[in-house]
Amino acid sequence: MQTSVVNGVLVVHLEGELDHHAVETIRNDIEDQLAKNHCRGLVLSFRGIDFMDSSGLGLILGRYRSVTGRNGKMALCAVSPPLRRIFELSGILKVVSMHETEESAVRAVKEA
Amino acid sequence: MGQEVTHAVLQQNYMKLQFPSLSANEALARMAVSAFVMQLDPTMEQLTEIKTAVSEAVTNAIIHGYDGGEGEVRMYCAIDGGMVDIVIEDDGAGIEDIEEARQPMFTSRPELERSGMGITIMENFMDEVVIDSTPGQGTKVRMRKVISRTSECQ
Repeated sequence: MQTSVVNGVLVVHLEGELDHHAVETIRNDIEDQLAKNHCRGLVLSFRGIDFMDSSGLGLILGRYRSVTGRNGKMALCAVSPPLRRIFELSGILKVVSMHETEESAVRAVKEA
Repeated sequence: MGQEVTHAVLQQNYMKLQFPSLSANEALARMAVSAFVMQLDPTMEQLTEIKTAVSEAVTNAIIHGYDGGEGEVRMYCAIDGGMVDIVIEDDGAGIEDIEEARQPMFTSRPELERSGMGITIMENFMDEVVIDSTPGQGTKVRMRKVISRTSECQ
């Protein structure tokens, strides 16, 4: 997992397979990075994700709660069609916006 | 079904896998089922759907069946014509109220950041999902998916 801070927004580049086994470490890493960089905004990029099950939804909802709990915003980007289907099925896009590119996701979090 | 098998090469086949209740084995179960159904020549979409449904069922056995503790998860896959049957079984806690568990967004473990979408995903990605569970004894999830109908037309 690689992270960068763009205009005060933490951008997380998720990699590999997002299942129950993987999410526990990723969750802690994201929370650590949010605290360390004093970021209120969060963008999750799914470009490097080959597989995701409902554990990924739990990860997003959990970060959504922690980010909005600190009056921050959050967005998703670079979502492949199989992942998009799981997002649509879950209704998660009603609370978290989805963008084609990292740039537009960062802009959306910044402007919100 | 299953009456005229004379000309079919891979009309019937099966495999069994058993492993301890460890989250690292979720990927093993996905890879095994994926390799097994390849003989039916599924589309990428069908393959992803099967892998995701298996991942959900195995994760449920580990998290809810055994509460993250010790136990054994068993997977049984069978091909019959153009169809695959998958059974995921555990000897864990069982489900008190299956109807409640099936509700989208229902989770008994919100503190673990579970989304409550596991069974909904299984039901959407597979053609048939049947859950048998006895509290204190375990849970058996049987899923079926039609991959191709060509063998029936020959």
